[in-house]
Amino acid sequence: MFADWPLLSLVIWTPILGGLIVLTMGDRMPEASRRVGLAFAVLTFLVSIPLFTQFDRGTHEMQFVEMIPWISTFNIHYHLGVDGISMPLILLTTFITVLVVIAAWEVIQHRVSQYLAAFLIMEGLMNGVFSALDAVLFYVFFEAMLIPMFLVIGIWGGPNRIYATLKFFLYTFLGSVFLLIGLIYLYTQSGSFAILDFHHLPLGMTAQMLIFLGMLLAFGVKIPMFPVHTWLPDAHVEAPTGGSVILAAIMLKIGGYGFLRFSLPIAPDAAMALDWLMVTLSLIAVVYIGLVALMQQDMKKLIAYSSIAHMGFVTLGFFIVFMIYNNTGSWQGAALGISGGMVQMISHGLISAAMFLCVGVLYDRMHSRRIADYGGVANTMPWFAAFFVLFAMANTGLPGTSGFVGEFMVILAAFRADFWIALLAATTLILAAAYTLWLVKRVVYGEVANDNVAKLTDVNRREFWVLGVLAFAVLLLGVWPAPLLDVLDATVDNLVRHIAVSKL
Amino acid sequence: MTFEIPDFIPVIPELFLLGMACFILVADLFIPQARRDITYGLTQFSVLGALVLTVWLAAPEVRITMSGTFVADPMSDLLKSVVLLISAVVFLYARPYLMTRDLYRGEFYVLGLFGVLGMMVMISANSLLTLYLGLELLSLCLYALVAFNRDSTQAAESAMKYFVLGSIASGVLLYGMSMLYGITGTLDIAGVTAGILTASGEFNMALVFALAFVVVALAFKLGAVPFHMWLPDVYHGAPTPVTLFISTAPKIAGLAIIMRLLVDGMGPLHADWQGMLLILAVLSLAVGNVVAIAQTNIKRMFAYSTISHVGFVLLAIMAGTTEGNAAALFYVIAYALMAAGGFGMVLYLSRQGFEADNIQDFRGLNERSPWFAFIMLLLMAAMAGLPPTLGFYAKLAVLQAVVQVGFIWVAVFAVLMSVIGAFYYLRIIKFMYFDKPEDRTELSRGMDVNVVLSVNGLLMLGLGIFPGILMSLTAAVR
Repeated sequence: MFADWPLLSLVIWTPILGGLIVLTMGDRMPEASRRVGLAFAVLTFLVSIPLFTQFDRGTHEMQFVEMIPWISTFNIHYHLGVDGISMPLILLTTFITVLVVIAAWEVIQHRVSQYLAAFLIMEGLMNGVFSALDAVLFYVFFEAMLIPMFLVIGIWGGPNRIYATLKFFLYTFLGSVFLLIGLIYLYTQSGSFAILDFHHLPLGMTAQMLIFLGMLLAFGVKIPMFPVHTWLPDAHVEAPTGGSVILAAIMLKIGGYGFLRFSLPIAPDAAMALDWLMVTLSLIAVVYIGLVALMQQDMKKLIAYSSIAHMGFVTLGFFIVFMIYNNTGSWQGAALGISGGMVQMISHGLISAAMFLCVGVLYDRMHSRRIADYGGVANTMPWFAAFFVLFAMANTGLPGTSGFVGEFMVILAAFRADFWIALLAATTLILAAAYTLWLVKRVVYGEVANDNVAKLTDVNRREFWVLGVLAFAVLLLGVWPAPLLDVLDATVDNLVRHIAVSKL
Repeated sequence: MTFEIPDFIPVIPELFLLGMACFILVADLFIPQARRDITYGLTQFSVLGALVLTVWLAAPEVRITMSGTFVADPMSDLLKSVVLLISAVVFLYARPYLMTRDLYRGEFYVLGLFGVLGMMVMISANSLLTLYLGLELLSLCLYALVAFNRDSTQAAESAMKYFVLGSIASGVLLYGMSMLYGITGTLDIAGVTAGILTASGEFNMALVFALAFVVVALAFKLGAVPFHMWLPDVYHGAPTPVTLFISTAPKIAGLAIIMRLLVDGMGPLHADWQGMLLILAVLSLAVGNVVAIAQTNIKRMFAYSTISHVGFVLLAIMAGTTEGNAAALFYVIAYALMAAGGFGMVLYLSRQGFEADNIQDFRGLNERSPWFAFIMLLLMAAMAGLPPTLGFYAKLAVLQAVVQVGFIWVAVFAVLMSVIGAFYYLRIIKFMYFDKPEDRTELSRGMDVNVVLSVNGLLMLGLGIFPGILMSLTAAVR
């Protein structure tokens, strides 16, 4: 019944419209703004569900396509469509935004309508990023997203928020302008801004290299990769809980999505020539950033570094495919790495959101993120402790949780490429376990550390449901990842077939 | 020799404006200070009337009249309409400021109208002489306007500086033109082009000098580095409404004479002036963006931001393609709209005895007036070139033209500089949204200003979501 609805336009513009409505309600009616905000978030989630149920799993072609001319002078179209890579990310966005709106219910008391409007508008823009098939449209959504996030960190953030938000903005902006030059170059070569036309455009090696590096700057900052990751811990620490959740769960994924949508298919030969660089940077992220995470005194910073390490795993999965080819001489098994990276992205979206929400629960009660201020929380908050331990386990990649599936697939793929790479990648299992479980030990277990902890109250009904829904999703994806893998299959196979053909 | 009556129809808007300006000049003498609103009303009537006439008489073909000295073509129709529209907006924004400072006088409007007339003549110039005439008419009005607040020593100093340096630039331009006349034997721009084509076979020293003089003078008038020294001082010293006037419409007229003189007139020498413009553009981008960071006065900051925008316009012209020229037109129109809004906001915040020209004066605007903080947010985002605002498409069009002719590294440099530029626009957003207000005076400037300023800001978003409208207009006239 939804087949002829412009579903993608709806998931983009419904939340933006909702955001504008909430914005006009102003600060006089905070309760009403919350209700309207939640209504629009839920509505958007419901609208996005048919994208999953009506999705044709047998094809790699774009689905739910909408295309109307937008800027005729430059042959730019309002061109939307999703495939197996982008559809799950849209669902993740609409799902997480609902939780973020609920999580802000009592916590945000200052300028409520602007807060909710920022998140709703951001949701629409992120959906736009995932569904845009025109490079300019993509870039517009990609950049426009920065302004609400800049305001969210700057207005509702912690004490050092201005430094953090400027750093976040300028880092991301710096990266993305190189992407813009790359896209314009591709336009002058192909005469169109359609991303799918770029995929089939033959390009020389120098051009591919420069385009690849330009895109690497844009998406590498976004995801973020070592050594351009330093904005992330600052932004995460200073952002309000909702900001951290969106940042970790979705914005980082845009970097990964960019690699799959742009870098790999547009410049496959450059990607193959530079796979050593990508794999090395990924391994540094996994090992070195894992060690850095171990040393953190601040809970949010620890989770931020853990995010970088996990995203290192994603890029490893994406770029190991070329090493598999070089090693085995065939593209068999390459799909495993890319699918693994995708699963890891979705799973990390859920787990990091849950972890940040857990820290938010503690922060709302204690107004401290320092690990040393906590201890023995399990005694006063048993339900919270149960959730926190579950998500920590998922973060370490325990079988049965979603964290396991993606990591296992990527490590399997890495073994086909090179034993030593696989070995280094597998250290994540140890490192992640070390920093996450040590965090759990220091915060949750042990004797009640001080009077403040003794006075803590357990999660309320709202927090319980938010964490409960996430826990369900993490476990479901852990024991039954088939629905997600089915969606990915055709698209990832096609992507591997595409990059296997040289463009030179 | 027979005397031929020229075709007056294309010149009607100019004649109307001239007549009205003379009428207001006389009529204003008989209007008491308490009834100054009549002068204001007549001024708006003349500007809007000229706008209506321009749009009404617009025609798709090129019409040359007045013995070949005046041209009306689609480009001039478009640019004149924008100049007139923006001038009307400028007069509107300026009124509350002038009223609270004892500057609400007829001279402001008469000088303004003659300035607008000068711009229209510049835009329609088809001979070197008309071009120079329009430019001088505009410049003389601007010199007087800068010194309009005669009790302010700062304004007097700026006006003096502007006058001396501006006159030198005019002299340089005239010298260059005289050489062109010497080489080609004609003042007609098409004749100049033809003359250059025949003369440029072998190396011609006079032609090189003429070109250099013309480029320097034009760079000077636009404020491109290294001929930008006057610009920050004039922007800073002039009364804010005059700064608003200088920073908007004259930039469009300035681009028009570049189009007429350099792109059309000296088009055969493109290879020679391309390098000159490239250097000017690169330096303007670097100096404008980097120095703006150090400014604490918002008018000075906008002055340096103007310099960097001029850099972008010059980059587009440097490309020398149809796309490049269209991009330059698009950029300069977008810039004039942004600058009008930006200075409009500065005027909006100022009141009697308070200039609001410090960046810190924007502190906590979100708590004082969330709506106008949002409008300023849109304007700043547009100036920084962030999507989905108009400023982004302006930069996109310029970068596309630059990449197309193979100057990829120049494009990379330009975007790097705009990242630096983003910082100081973000700083204003930071003051508005992240800081607490120190001053909580009620903000209200009357319905007309509120509405027009809001529309001005929303236009950044509206034309950002539908940039195709303006883009196809500028592409059609080039």
